[in-house]
This record gives sequence, structure tokens and C-alpha cells, in this order.
Amino acid sequence: MIKLVDLHKSYPIGNDKLHVLKGINLHIREGEFVSIMGSSGSGKSTLLNIVGLLDSHDEGEYYLNGLKIEGLNEKKAANLRNKFLGFVFQSFNLISYKTALENVSLPLYYQGMNRRERTERALQYLEKVGLKEWANHLPNELSGGQKQRVAIARALVTKPKVVLADEPTGALDSVTTDSVMELLTEINNEGMTVFVITHEEDVAESTKRIVRLKDGMIISDVLTSQTEKAV
Amino acid sequence: MFDFDRWREIFQSISKNKLRSIMSGFTVAFAIILFTLLFGVVNGLSNSFMSNFQDDAMNTMFVRVWKTSKPYKGYQAGRQIQLKNEHVDFILDKYGYETDQISPRIYNNFVVSYKGKTDSYQITGVAPDHKDLEKTLMIQGRYIDKIDIDNKEKSIVIGKLMKEDLMGKKNIDIIGSYLNVGGIAYQIVGIFTDEGDDRESRKAYIPYTTAQMVYGNNDHMDQINIGYNEDLGIDGAISYGLELERELKKVLDIHPEDNALFVRNMAEANRNISTFTGALYVIVLFIGLGTLFAGIIGISNIMIFVVKERTKELGIRKALGASPNSIRMMVIQESVFITSIAGYLGLLIGAWILESIGDTLETYFIKDPSVETKVVVVATIVLVFAGTIAGYLPASRAARIKPIVALRAD
Repeated sequence: MIKLVDLHKSYPIGNDKLHVLKGINLHIREGEFVSIMGSSGSGKSTLLNIVGLLDSHDEGEYYLNGLKIEGLNEKKAANLRNKFLGFVFQSFNLISYKTALENVSLPLYYQGMNRRERTERALQYLEKVGLKEWANHLPNELSGGQKQRVAIARALVTKPKVVLADEPTGALDSVTTDSVMELLTEINNEGMTVFVITHEEDVAESTKRIVRLKDGMIISDVLTSQTEKAV
Repeated sequence: MFDFDRWREIFQSISKNKLRSIMSGFTVAFAIILFTLLFGVVNGLSNSFMSNFQDDAMNTMFVRVWKTSKPYKGYQAGRQIQLKNEHVDFILDKYGYETDQISPRIYNNFVVSYKGKTDSYQITGVAPDHKDLEKTLMIQGRYIDKIDIDNKEKSIVIGKLMKEDLMGKKNIDIIGSYLNVGGIAYQIVGIFTDEGDDRESRKAYIPYTTAQMVYGNNDHMDQINIGYNEDLGIDGAISYGLELERELKKVLDIHPEDNALFVRNMAEANRNISTFTGALYVIVLFIGLGTLFAGIIGISNIMIFVVKERTKELGIRKALGASPNSIRMMVIQESVFITSIAGYLGLLIGAWILESIGDTLETYFIKDPSVETKVVVVATIVLVFAGTIAGYLPASRAARIKPIVALRAD
């Protein structure tokens, strides 16, 4: 599903260059539940941005769903994001003046789906995350956990190939963290590839594969106890 | 181009962010209000000028005479100059092309009575051409005609108010009835009205030949009215007036610098008015354009601020699959929408203010201040265009927003 071959990325800082990713090789198959662990500065956010087509890589190869990613213009990137990827962010990133339902149906709007279908599908996904009754509430009327559920519903509504979650529990307490991770696990169990970035051990433990990153390189790549349970 | 869903999206973004939208719209509305008011006031001023002269045809000249003030060619000063039929013939002979209409005027005041009702009126002896020169409008019957002139008929054309004074407002047919004018019976042949004030329709006209015969048995007249050929243009008309004055002075043996004969030429007044109102329009256009320009800068400024405020939202939209172009179009269409709504609102408010204060300003020489719809429509189109321009820069900035920057947890 996602295949990275010797991926490099550096950012210019004045005359210098900051080498952030120093040759990443990673292969994530369909249906995997992977977490990327690492302290801040390890390059995990950069990795997610590249995988999420929000940023481009300098060297190496990146295949998304078998498609080689290179020389994308913004329009193509936007199109691919919309088709293949669902995002979940630490700060939820819901649009404040739109209701939960409207937030969830927004990606479908950019797909050009008609309004009735959009609403139907969005409602279906809100139900899936247990927030059907909250469909017409604005984000500021929802709790942190609820907001993240809405964001997850929004990520799933386009039926993407991969869900990318950037510190999805970073702004949540431990109880809601657990419930959000349960939701992600459930989604994964239905066959969705889920890719989580975190620096919390607990969160990583609840995924099925942990990739540890340090100074732009992968230092370990192990399956967790969850995998054994699943097997 | 018309995308119902996009407009729904835009409408939501506008209505859910009222303060922002009102702020952007306010500048535009204010600019249009100012523009409308200014234009209306200038229109009012120019209407005032026009209406002061509307009474008479715009292409008129009057030849008037007084006593001389300078001795000339053996004549002493203080001689009364007299216009006669020969001078009318002289003008027609020499200036046939330049002269479209010509009519003598002989002024008399008489006591007029009809079935016991009596009042005093000004009765003027005129030629048929006088109808066009005075812009007289017939409401019943006919004006003085050539047969009246040739036969020195005792025909009279009376004003509408004079008729009402003497015969009441009842709609009775009085054409053909006789009127006692200073002891002589005249037959009423027509009733007229005049665009000028009430005084104008309390007058009556009789053939000048009749006036000459009955009241002096001579060929004298008090004044000659001339309608110049409009093909001359304003400059041509002015030089015609000057030349006519020179030539008539020669014929009447008046010193060239004596004002005993004077040609009052409306062309000069015309030119002054059009120069003056022209200058006013230029000033207003200048101020108006300045205001519009300030409006454009205002919208652009606010749109830039708005885009900055919305960085995160636009970043989210992009992450969810919005193309840069759809973001750009959204911002521009929002700008255009706000601009046109606000522009239209400004126009309505401006027009309403002009409408409600309209007549109260007449004492300040501002008559019927209003703005032509055409002008305002153009202004609004300009504003919509301005909205596009004003929105374009911020929109391009919005389209360049990088989702990663926008979404960075803060």
C-alpha cells in the first residue's frame, strides 16, 4: 500500500541544509495498523507529510497504492489526497462554523458528490463513530473526544486506502485516548490501513506494528503483542 | 461556471462570519453611497440651471433697444431707438440661413373682460414663429397663423390660467367666443400652456400686425426674437449674435459702443452653463473614482486579513482535497458577492437619501437631484470588477497556502 525506498528529505536553513530523513525504507501492506514512534525532531512528522502528499521528498522512491509519486503539482496532489488518504490531526482541525455533519461531508464535496448523497454518507459515518445524535452540533459544542471522532469520520467518509493520524490522541486525556484508539483498531479490523504517528508508548502499544525513528533513520521495526492477539 | 454547491459553500462562509463580511461590505457600500450622493447633487445643480432656461427655446436671441447714450452721425444722445418691420426684413434678407424663426414682440397691457369678469393682462403682438421661440404648447385650438398676420385679424390666443380666471375651470368650449380686450372684441382661436411659471400662462397673444394697426397705426415693435439655426453650433451662434448687433447698429445709426441696441444671446448662457456643469461633472468623476479606488483598496486589505484569519480553514480544505484553483475561486467569488451586494445596498441607500431630501434642497439651487440608473449600473459593474481585482491578490495568496504550514498544531 505504502512503499518507501531510500527516502531522503532535507530543509534549507540559511546556507545550510537540515537533513531530516536519511534514507527511509518502509513497506506497509494493506490492512496494517502501524505506528511511527520517535521523539520530537526524529523526522516522524516530515515522514507523515511526505506520505500524506502534503510535502515532497528529495530523493528515493515513494509508491502509494502502486502509483509512483513524483513531480506532483498541487492540483494532482489534492486529487490523490482526496481519493486515497484520510487525515486525522492532533488539533482535530474541524472547521469551526460548520456542523459535525457538514465537516464530515466536506471531502465528498471536493469529490463532486451531490448534496443528498453527501449527507447520507456523512450521516452513516457519524453513526459509525457513535455521534449520529450530534450531527447538527458545531465543533465547539463537542468534547475533545467527540471532535476527534468527527475528524475520524471525516477521514473515513471518502473510503480512503490509508488513514493517516498525526498524534491523534495528543490533545486528549487517557480515557478518551483509549476510546479513540479502540475506534481506530475497530476500523483497522474492518480492513483499513491505519498509519499513526505518536510519541506515547501506550498508543503505540495498541497498534500492531511499531516503527521507531531516530535522527531520520529507522532504528527498529517490530510487531506488537496486539498482532499475536489478532493471530 | 454556475455551481450551486459552491455558492452554498460561499453563502455559508459569508453568513457564518458576519462581522468579517460586514466589514468588507461597509467600505464598498460607503463608497457607492458617497458616489451616488455626489452625482445626485451635481445632477440637481445642472437641472436647476436647465430649468431656469427651459421656459424659452435654448437657441434664442432677443434684440432690444433703449435710448442712445452717445451722439453719433449728427444725432444727439438720448434718442429713442425704434425697431420696425424693415429691421425684421433686413435680418431675414441678410441672415436667412442663420435665422430659423423670427418674431416681433409688441407689449401692451389691457383690461380684459368676459361675461362680466374683468382683469388686466399683458397682451403681446407676435408672429407665428413665436410659438416655437417661447416653446408654447397648444392645448386647444390653434396659434396665431399667417392668415391672421396678413389680414390683421382680431384673433387672440390665451393662456390656460387666464382662461380659468375668466371662464372658470369648467371644461367648456370657448374657441370662437369673443373677448373684450380694452374695448375691442377679439375672437379666441386657441388656448396654450407654457413650461415656464404661472405668469407665462396668464398672457395672451395677438397678431403683431393687428397690434401695429390698432394701437398706433405704425410698423413699430418693442423687441425682435430670433431662433438661430442650430447647425451653427454654440460658437457660430455667438458670432452670429455679435455680427447681428454690429449690423443693426449700423442700420439704426447707433455708435458701435453704445448699448442702445443689445442682442441678448442664449447661446452664451448656454455655453457658460455647459462649461460649468461640465467642470462639476469632471470634479465629481474625479472624487467618485477616488472613492471607488479607496473602496477597492479597502476590500483588498480586508480580504488579505480575512485570508490570513482563514489560513487554517483553507489549509484543512486543501488537505481534504480542495485544489488551489477551487480555493482561489472561492475567495474571489466571496469578494465579488460581498462587493455586489454591498454596492447595491449602497446604491439603494444613496438613492433613498436623494429621494427623501430631494425637494427640500430646491432653495439651495439643487433641483430634483437624482442619479441616472445607467451611471449607477456602470458604477456597480466597476465595483464587481473591483471586487474581482481586490479578491484576486488575497485569493492567490490563499491558493498558495501550504496545508502543512496551516495544520501545524499550535
